[in-house]
Amino acid sequence: MEHRVVITGLGIYSCIGEDKAAVLESLQNGKSGIIYDAPRKEFGYRSALTGFVKDPDLKPFLSRRERIGMHQPAMFAYMATKEALEQAKLDIDFLEHHETGIIYGNDSTAGAVIETIDKARARKDNTLIGSGDIFQNMNCTVNMNLSTIYKLKGINLTLSAACASGSHSIGMAYLMIKQGLQDRIICGGAQEINQYAMGSFDGLGAFSIREDKPHQASRPFDRDRDGLVPSGGAATVIIESLASAMKRGAPILGEIIGYGFSSNGDHISNPNLDGQFRSLSMAIKQAGIHSDEIDYVNAHATSTPIGDLMEAEAIHKVIGGKVPVSSTKSMTGHECWMAGASEVVYSMLMMQNDFIAPNINFENPDEASQKINIIPTYTEKNIDCFLSNSFGFGGTNSSLVIKKFK
Amino acid sequence: MNRTEIIETTKRFLSEEFEVNPDVIESANNLRDTLDLDSLDYVDLVVVIDENFGFKPTADDLKGVETFEHFFELVERKLEIA
Repeated sequence: MEHRVVITGLGIYSCIGEDKAAVLESLQNGKSGIIYDAPRKEFGYRSALTGFVKDPDLKPFLSRRERIGMHQPAMFAYMATKEALEQAKLDIDFLEHHETGIIYGNDSTAGAVIETIDKARARKDNTLIGSGDIFQNMNCTVNMNLSTIYKLKGINLTLSAACASGSHSIGMAYLMIKQGLQDRIICGGAQEINQYAMGSFDGLGAFSIREDKPHQASRPFDRDRDGLVPSGGAATVIIESLASAMKRGAPILGEIIGYGFSSNGDHISNPNLDGQFRSLSMAIKQAGIHSDEIDYVNAHATSTPIGDLMEAEAIHKVIGGKVPVSSTKSMTGHECWMAGASEVVYSMLMMQNDFIAPNINFENPDEASQKINIIPTYTEKNIDCFLSNSFGFGGTNSSLVIKKFK
Repeated sequence: MNRTEIIETTKRFLSEEFEVNPDVIESANNLRDTLDLDSLDYVDLVVVIDENFGFKPTADDLKGVETFEHFFELVERKLEIA
């Protein structure tokens, strides 16, 4: 028997707001979270632009032992998860006694690792590194920390799939619940935001150098885009079987109906139309809907010349030119490992509040983006069903289809 | 460093590191229970002792440390040797 899979909680800690209320306001107002971070220039960055989130103070919420193994990914993920669990009406007592899993997207812990190595080099004695660093250093840091804090007893694994990590985490959890293997799973994505994390990416020349106008730097689909802007934070999505959600009296915010995925099997960093086409097509096929039932596409589009062009072609090929499309990365920058989860949160907020967040900075189309319907300004719109794309280095693609629960 | 300075220094860094009220760091009190130490915390205890007193206690050194009085005696002993 296949189970229906619903969303019962959302949490967000991002550069356009540290909770859902603040993020909703930013989405409605087309507010950018991009800044110029001067220390990056000294570090050797070609571009000092970044989305910015501050490190949260977790002392009011967690003990020293609970905090000591946390660096940015886990800290950000805790904030997002706390908010999501509260909305889903889940507390530690319930989680301890009712099997609940966690599949969280994360693909780096560069800041933590470098700080540890600095300590080790200075002290020349590994005993003096301290007890928390190993739990900050490992890529599964979010899972290790959250599963112990919340006493989780179900599936527990980290999903690393570059910039599609957050999206795949929701997709894989969806499949597990659909099959009846789990009743509920905490999903999401976290992205560290320190200068150590993105130096090598900056070195590829992939970042926008529009440093004099940070809010205009991320311009997905615009003819004059010149690269992405890195960003970070965390987003959490609680997904659950319909039966479990109804039994608990949890709020049912939406239903996941399709998950498509593919691998390009091609270049390590260049996008690939066929891979994206297969991911989108699979998601729509699995959802059992016609493509014209999709009311909104939240594009992966990061503001890179080739990537956006390829995605515009893929959307046009699979869904056509009428469906409204926007990339919230125009406001947030590229939230990388977190993006697939955060963009589900952003799209869910749009669906709940009947609007499409603007693809800001979209002034002129190019030959591909002129074929699709990009929404440059806040637009009121009833959304019953949306599709969210995420594509990552190594050619990993993920597409999710989510609809209103009826 | 005399006994008073050792006690004051200890109160400062242990209360900071393990987030307890400095007043609970009293000679007769049990160190493990007072600071709520688990096995991992002993690693951090070694780190802060090294940072603040300049020596790294061994596992054998810490085996005999049940109360803060034992702790102060250990520090006195180690500093004298140093």
